[in-house]
Amino acid sequence: MKGFATPPGREARRALMLAALLTAGFLLPAVFADLLAPFDPSAVDLSGGLQPPDASHLLGRDQQGADILSRLIHGAQISLFVGFWTVTVSTLLGVAVGLLAGYAGGWVEQLLMRLVDVLLAFPGLLLAIALVAMLGAGKTNVVIALSALGWTGFARLVRGQVLAVKNLDYVQAAEGLGANHLRIMGRHILPNIMAPVLVQSSFAIAGAILSEASLSFLGLGVAVGEPSWGAMLSEGRYVLFEAPFVSIFPGTAIMLVVLGFNLLGDAVADWLDPKRRVS
Amino acid sequence: MTDRTAPSRTAPGSSAPGSSAPGSSAPGSSAPSAGAPPPLLEVTGLKKYFPIRKGVFSRLAGQVHAVDGVDLTIAKGETLGLVGESGCGKSTTGKVLLKLIEPTAGTIRVNGEDITHLSKTAMRPYRRQMQIIFQDPYSSLNPRMSAGSIVGEPLTIHKIAKGREKQQRVAALFERVGLRPDQMTKYPHEFSGGQRQRIGIARALALNPSLIVGDEPVSALDVSIQAQVINLLIDLQEEFGISYLFIAHDLAVVEHISHRVAVMYLGRIVEVTGRSALFTNPWHPYTEALLSAVPIPDPSAKRGKRVILKGDVPSPINPPSGCHFHTRCLYVQEQCKVETPQLRELSPGHQVACHFPLGSGTG
Repeated sequence: MKGFATPPGREARRALMLAALLTAGFLLPAVFADLLAPFDPSAVDLSGGLQPPDASHLLGRDQQGADILSRLIHGAQISLFVGFWTVTVSTLLGVAVGLLAGYAGGWVEQLLMRLVDVLLAFPGLLLAIALVAMLGAGKTNVVIALSALGWTGFARLVRGQVLAVKNLDYVQAAEGLGANHLRIMGRHILPNIMAPVLVQSSFAIAGAILSEASLSFLGLGVAVGEPSWGAMLSEGRYVLFEAPFVSIFPGTAIMLVVLGFNLLGDAVADWLDPKRRVS
Repeated sequence: MTDRTAPSRTAPGSSAPGSSAPGSSAPGSSAPSAGAPPPLLEVTGLKKYFPIRKGVFSRLAGQVHAVDGVDLTIAKGETLGLVGESGCGKSTTGKVLLKLIEPTAGTIRVNGEDITHLSKTAMRPYRRQMQIIFQDPYSSLNPRMSAGSIVGEPLTIHKIAKGREKQQRVAALFERVGLRPDQMTKYPHEFSGGQRQRIGIARALALNPSLIVGDEPVSALDVSIQAQVINLLIDLQEEFGISYLFIAHDLAVVEHISHRVAVMYLGRIVEVTGRSALFTNPWHPYTEALLSAVPIPDPSAKRGKRVILKGDVPSPINPPSGCHFHTRCLYVQEQCKVETPQLRELSPGHQVACHFPLGSGTG
């Protein structure tokens, strides 16, 4: 891939810097939440309810008197969990289905891709709501609910890429050497279609984080009391006028993280695709 | 070479038509002996029709007659050139006889054994004997594999060598095709077109094949590089006794490398003969036209009769009746429109599929 050889231009570098900053600003607190959070995120102290930001509580305290900064930091952990696992499950499933459909062709492809079509016809969030309602709230169930549809986009993408690659000469060369299907798929097709999948994964993390926030906002996400950003936003909505900081900070956090992963996806795409390279 | 009666350019050993012996400048010594052992490759009645499907229910709307009844044989150590214009089915023929594309009809025999209907697994031992070099040195190498692992892959697939031994064999192959073993760790994009084609050749050589199909292996290269690669192929043939099916549209290249040449038009072979006979004494009107289109790099050279074909190649979806060439032939007769001419041997080693071949004076 030639894109690796030349460094991206200034514009692209700036976008990449911003993306790196935003995602690092999300990942670090998420990973080291226990070390970084100044307070217990679930501490209840009603006397300090809705206390505005000050020196000790930088982002203020919510209705229960819990420190909003600490809740945000722990909430990043939930967002990361849901984002990471949803995208991992979706990517693995989608790549497997797409690879099989694109490579096998014929009725296998028809069957799998029509299934994808049917699933894509469902309104995504609605299905996720239904699934969480059935399975019950909780991080893992949110991942299951979001992955149930999340893989379809990957399957479509991968199938298209496989169709483009599988008739290239080097795949035919491998066939001519007597390579078996597994080898052709694993060594020759898969490594050459991963670039767009990587980009898509980055966008999908943003999507999953947003969906988790939406579900939690509706009360169908993580378990009650867990500091999900969506849930915090939802709680803040009752006191939007007296204490806007309760909802503003989680809202901003969601926005920045989603922006960060979207920029990261763009940057990765620029980086991997020589045709889109800014010189 | 434009005048079929007066040999002009192919001076060396303008042998009589039919002598299928290699010309003096051609490689190898092994003239195909018409002896007892079966030829290395024997293809009869090979057909490949690609279906055209239309509409919601994939209704069969027609068929592309890419290869429409091809017969050919290649002896051990021999190079058969296969020429014809774009879209005449040359490449498809090459890929079908390697079973990279399943044939619609016909038989393919390797050393007398029928491989036409073998499954992918059953084909594997034959894969060792038959390899391919592709036209495009860019798309024929996996960009995510190092040059060394590309060349070593056949050894892994057939469990011939691994580890250090594999490395040594790959290094030897690199040296044999004119690359340095220290280039094994590089990736395809770090090589030039000619070097990439050498990697492709090394990959094809790794299994010691007895037949290599060259699908226009030099037409994507610069002329100076073309000569190097062709000479490499000729050297390899002399060293290992490899047979080539050399597909090309550049007649000068074909003339240089081939022992015999087959001319293809719209999915059928119209003429097969020894190299020099073809270039000096073509019998099929299409061959004549093809040869007259070759530029002579000498302004003072006497040009013979220039044969310019009218119109385009007809569609292979609905090829003309009778002789496929009758719509453009200068010498067309009524018989040509209804009756398909069979490939017949008019003099030893010189076959033509024409009702009124030029050499017989009816042209």
